[in-house]
Amino acid sequence: MTTSKKLLPDEIITSFKDEFSDKILDSRIEKHPIGPKKTDMIQLWFTLDRSIFKDAVKHLMKLDKKAHFSVSSGYDIEDRIEIIHHFSIYTGTKGDEISINFTVPLPKNDPTIDSISDLIPGALISEQEKQEMLGVKVKNIPKDTRVFISEDFPEDMYPWRKDEKNVDSMARNLHEPSSKNVSEEKKENADEKEEKQ
Amino acid sequence: MSAETMEKTSYKVPIGPIHPALKEPVMFEFELDGERIQNADVYLGHVHRTIEWTGMRRNPIQILYLAERICGICSYCHPMSFALAVERIAGIEVPDRAEYLRVVHAELERICSHTLWAGVAAHEIGFDSVLFLTWQVREKALDLTEYLTGNRVTKAITMIGGVRRDITKEMVPKIEETVTFLKNHFEKLKKIFLDDKTFQMRSQGCGILSKKEALQLCAVGPTTRASGVKKDVRIDQPYFAFGELDFDYVTPDILTDEINGDVYDRIIVRLLEVKQSIDLIEQCVEQLTGMPEGDIVAEPKIAKLLNQLKKIEGEGIGRMEAPRGEVIHYVKMNKKEHPYSWKVRAPTYSNILPWIPMLKGEQIADIPIVAASTDPCMSCTNRVGIIKNGNKAILSNEELHRLSVEKTRRLMQ
Repeated sequence: MTTSKKLLPDEIITSFKDEFSDKILDSRIEKHPIGPKKTDMIQLWFTLDRSIFKDAVKHLMKLDKKAHFSVSSGYDIEDRIEIIHHFSIYTGTKGDEISINFTVPLPKNDPTIDSISDLIPGALISEQEKQEMLGVKVKNIPKDTRVFISEDFPEDMYPWRKDEKNVDSMARNLHEPSSKNVSEEKKENADEKEEKQ
Repeated sequence: MSAETMEKTSYKVPIGPIHPALKEPVMFEFELDGERIQNADVYLGHVHRTIEWTGMRRNPIQILYLAERICGICSYCHPMSFALAVERIAGIEVPDRAEYLRVVHAELERICSHTLWAGVAAHEIGFDSVLFLTWQVREKALDLTEYLTGNRVTKAITMIGGVRRDITKEMVPKIEETVTFLKNHFEKLKKIFLDDKTFQMRSQGCGILSKKEALQLCAVGPTTRASGVKKDVRIDQPYFAFGELDFDYVTPDILTDEINGDVYDRIIVRLLEVKQSIDLIEQCVEQLTGMPEGDIVAEPKIAKLLNQLKKIEGEGIGRMEAPRGEVIHYVKMNKKEHPYSWKVRAPTYSNILPWIPMLKGEQIADIPIVAASTDPCMSCTNRVGIIKNGNKAILSNEELHRLSVEKTRRLMQ
């Protein structure tokens, strides 16, 4: 195998900082004691500026060309949407794997992010999902269709959003309805009663 | 003949929607030239149940039982991955005894899942006597699950910080009895699945996924290991007590000295993993009997635990090797009763795209066994629509199954 030497967690962080300097907005190493021997499970978390996101993935694949992409998750908070891409590197040897997570904040008024499907074809479904669930726009996505949500689902409403574009108004009687729904329902019921009388 | 009619040599066959668990409902559209599949496309989301949305409105303990209902087969991996993520945010340390107990349940689930799959695979190629034999063996594993957890399917054994039930000394003989039974029958099943001519004819050289494709498409679990990729979360990044147990990656070359990445190789990997799981359970039971009885959960009082979780802030991921591959949960807590964000990724999510290279070049009759070889839940594949020369016809599941059985018969003649 011609793969280069495996870097230690802090060396990985340094290598990213050397490459992208202040575009790495934040980074941290998490060590979790696992099992009876309390061996460390290592997870690295980076917050990246979106301009370097794709280059950061390329850089990661330089560290380990077999870098595995698991999925990306995300949420909206205040005026931004944050997408977290979960990778793992150094797979294939006992205990060597390191989880790498790239958080990319996107402003809500322009939530665009580069597609990485050309680097990792297996990322396609995850990118499609982020588009429909969070309302981000993936630039140059190879297949710009919905994947989990049906075609007749309203435009510009996103199930994972917590702001005014959420879907709470559609979810009635699924669990405890939101206060808005309760008051609306009560009003409707009252109207019906009035009509009957 | 005009140019237009010449172009109509290929036609499209939609297959699905299939109803499996959360992330796995699938509909295929195949472009066919006669019996050969030229291209395949996948459509998902027919039974999206908004589990994540619901979860973001519940507290972590309630989510354990919600996550259990994501999938009937992986009813342990999902709540456990969620628990792992929450434990990492809260910094909860799991007692040693619970780490071994968690392995026992994870491996028992793997045995149930793989034997269920093996039975389905036999059924798909029309070998129903093997289906019944395999599921008879599986029944014994389910009995043990019920004995240890109180339930056959939704086990409700997971708790944040540990597990809910201990394995006491009195329970060990029953485990040993089941393990012996499984071991005895394992050799028989291995002989049927790997040496039987019918199985070999239908599975060898069929549904090939190359190592390169497996890596590029982020395949996980037995699907990727059968293509020669050494990837198993239990070994790569040990969790529970897996770091202390003796086992290794299962790839088909252990048995055959070669890796083809076909359906046959996926059968080999799953069968050998059943054996591996039996070994792991034995190792854990040995550890458990040797260790003094102690705590099985970090915080037994649920109200106190909930109160603690209400105050935590941060994000974490929980990864596990489910029977079908890597499962990953992302959780973000925000000092609130409910998680701020929860993302679930089941293994089949990653094994959907690899279907496309597997199915290209195969025949219609191979669809059931190739699609089943990645182990999606295909329980509700009830119809297939065929559009031939613009006319729609519906092919039922039975019809598709008949085609598959007929192919086996043809090969046997």
